[in-house]
Amino acid sequence: MSQDFSRRDFLKVSSTVGVGLVISVALPYKERLVATGIVENSFEPNVWIKISSDNKVVITLAKSEMGQHIRTSIPMIVAEELNADWSQVNVVQADTHPDKYGSQSTGGSGSIRRSYMRLRKAGATARDLLIQAASLKWEVPASECKAYMSEVIHSKSKRSLKFGELISLAGKLDTPIDPILKDEKDFTLIGKSLPGLDTVYKVNGSAKFGIDIRLPNMLYATVLKCQTFGGSLKSFNAKKANKINGVKYIFEVDGGIAVVAANTWSAIKGQRALDVEWDHGDFYSWDSKKIKNMMETKSQDKGVIAKEVGNTKNLKNNISIESNYEVPFTSHATMETMNCVAHVNKDSAELWVPTQSPQRIQSSIAEKLNFDIEKVKVNVTLMGGGFGRRLWSDFIPDAVEISKKIKKPVKLLWTREDDMKHDFYRPASLHKLKGSLSDKNELISWEHHIVSPSISGQRSPERFKNGQLDRSAVNGANNLPYDVPNILVDYVMSNTKVPVGWWRSVYNSQNAFANEVFIDELAYKAGVDALEFRMIMLNNSPRHKAVLRLAAEKAGWGKPLAKGQGMGLAVHESFGSWSAQVATVTVSKAGELSVDKIVASIDCGTVINPDGVKAQMEGSIVYGLTSTLKGEITIEKGAVAQSNFHDFELLQIDEMPKVEIHIVPSIESPSGAGEPGLPPVAPAVANAIFNANGKRVRKLPIKSKDLKV
Amino acid sequence: MPKFTLRINKKTHRINIDADTPLLWVLRDELGYTGTKYGCGRGFCGACTVHVDGEATRSCMTAVDNVNGAEITTIEGLSIDNSHPIQKSWISEEVSQCGYCQPGQIMTAAALLDRNADPDDEDIDSAMKMNLCRCGTYDRIRKAIHIAAKEQK
Repeated sequence: MSQDFSRRDFLKVSSTVGVGLVISVALPYKERLVATGIVENSFEPNVWIKISSDNKVVITLAKSEMGQHIRTSIPMIVAEELNADWSQVNVVQADTHPDKYGSQSTGGSGSIRRSYMRLRKAGATARDLLIQAASLKWEVPASECKAYMSEVIHSKSKRSLKFGELISLAGKLDTPIDPILKDEKDFTLIGKSLPGLDTVYKVNGSAKFGIDIRLPNMLYATVLKCQTFGGSLKSFNAKKANKINGVKYIFEVDGGIAVVAANTWSAIKGQRALDVEWDHGDFYSWDSKKIKNMMETKSQDKGVIAKEVGNTKNLKNNISIESNYEVPFTSHATMETMNCVAHVNKDSAELWVPTQSPQRIQSSIAEKLNFDIEKVKVNVTLMGGGFGRRLWSDFIPDAVEISKKIKKPVKLLWTREDDMKHDFYRPASLHKLKGSLSDKNELISWEHHIVSPSISGQRSPERFKNGQLDRSAVNGANNLPYDVPNILVDYVMSNTKVPVGWWRSVYNSQNAFANEVFIDELAYKAGVDALEFRMIMLNNSPRHKAVLRLAAEKAGWGKPLAKGQGMGLAVHESFGSWSAQVATVTVSKAGELSVDKIVASIDCGTVINPDGVKAQMEGSIVYGLTSTLKGEITIEKGAVAQSNFHDFELLQIDEMPKVEIHIVPSIESPSGAGEPGLPPVAPAVANAIFNANGKRVRKLPIKSKDLKV
Repeated sequence: MPKFTLRINKKTHRINIDADTPLLWVLRDELGYTGTKYGCGRGFCGACTVHVDGEATRSCMTAVDNVNGAEITTIEGLSIDNSHPIQKSWISEEVSQCGYCQPGQIMTAAALLDRNADPDDEDIDSAMKMNLCRCGTYDRIRKAIHIAAKEQK
């Protein structure tokens, strides 16, 4: 288990009780969110917990909330071990600090799986100290005391003390090295579908996202950059833009043009009024077709071997089939576009950013401004979706540069067009698969040849200059779960200037599509039921089997279907979790497709908040369906052709299938929930289409014209 | 610059601003009603939906001079205490994930219930289909609207 334990978690922040200020967000409803600051008369057994004399428990969240309800599930873990009264629990967003909280990045479906044990231990430490304090006060053995609902109770003498009454003594005691964790069967919070701590703020407009930050004297900015990747600014004329009411400054910033104005609308109008000449550079001659041709050519290259078992080249008595699969670039398209509020002073800077990666921002901006790191304060706001996009901080230096130049706070906002043209796209990929069946219809050989741009290779090409493997790019391909005696998985890097990045489930989305459709093709060739074909090859993977069985059973796999309907399934492991999905679709003769139903199962170990896991599964399915049916990014003249939601379409409510989520009960360590639900969607739908009308889908997004019988 | 009188959430605001300024930016930048969100600026996504004289309206496509004197309701004015049936069902069904598009979803849904007390799935789909949600909360939105309709009866 790779829990990142750290000594600092178990060192007390302060051994004496401090007095300070409570600074809370002014919110009209019952306050569950504390903005920042020290809690009055607080006891801080570690960086995660503050308990005040009025019995309030404040839990620090060092991860970013982007819709995955981490502001609720992490406090649940701490409060569980603390035995706190949940109605008294508040959550505070951590300040950004290089090492106080460990990694503050939010990604890889890792917030819970990477911190579960340390958070439990933090809660248990505090509980232990409070119990010790009560036992000293009452002069009874600690073993006779227990914590319950924010009190310590001594049942023999029917005495109890509130946590708040114990904090001054607890603060003077030595921290236990190895506090005893609760038995899972005694959990009262973990495993319960508790309402989100921030739910109410999201229905009345009071939830504050990055875009909502307003500071006194703040100005508003847009930045126009060359849309052709690798292009640069030749010259610009700001005469028209300068005439627009409210426009205050126009200047060059990092090869782009900043328009700074009294309000957003003036900044947008100013941007539209600029006359610019770009030097488009050599990528101008590239388009999607050229990229595809390049990838085809590259596919003739021998790849870097990612996995080799047995020998796929020396087979006898077999039937082979070969198929190619294609997945396009796609965009994150978070509903809140990229933005940053920056206030740079002479020797300090403060930023408000909806970000998944605050520490990287802090260190890079400190370096840029030549400030000590503690002089750069990075406030993590709520964010309107993340999905991996906000791990990048490409837009932050511009905001900092502008504020530094105008000597005022500034809100830099990207328009939807800026956002769509300057994403880090899910890498397009080409997959060549070859499989061989024995004369007994057993799968005896599997080859998966992957061609795609490398996210890591684009970021740090020097790491791959001697042909090293990008391990991330083969995620979901090199861990094929099926028992096949001969396997070869290899990878060819096909980088272009199109920026690529981590998109929900990363390379699992492309690799699972190829894997799970091809397995379906092989099952069909073998004349074996698609579920059975998988099951007999999963004897070493019981958790794959269990999710498959559950989804198939709940979906009624094999039941008679209406005319034009088909059912398909897929299973995939990613981020330590397993998900299987059964899609039911209807395809008309003309090729019109409707996805009627998705039944999904998930095994993500111990579940903290079941409704939260369900929501993440529902979200992953919709996100995955969007990229299955629409949401293609294409390249024209070296730039992204799409610009807004009219040409980059998202799934809409009337296209929404019925979705059913089933969670496998488990006491295993918790694993990821934000992404594992995505990879099975596309192959399940593709396989269902084949089942419906015999049309084999090997290319995403699925287009109606290709489904016509 | 021209002067406008805006009635927002039953309060009167007088402002000087360019006549072509979309209501969205007047609300957000000038008056501090930041609950109304920017999503696309072109009327495609619905994140900026407010009520103008009771009608669900895209504030990013509505110039301020078109709403001079009109009764405007933003998400902040839907109720003072989260008591609107739509807000209540949005809370009970835990509809929101990131929550960014939800003010627009809620305003569109509230306007739907005002004109159709008992919408079926098809009514919901046709009223809500131009409100995009990237987190994928559509199933819960549908459910929450049905629940709110029931409660309102």
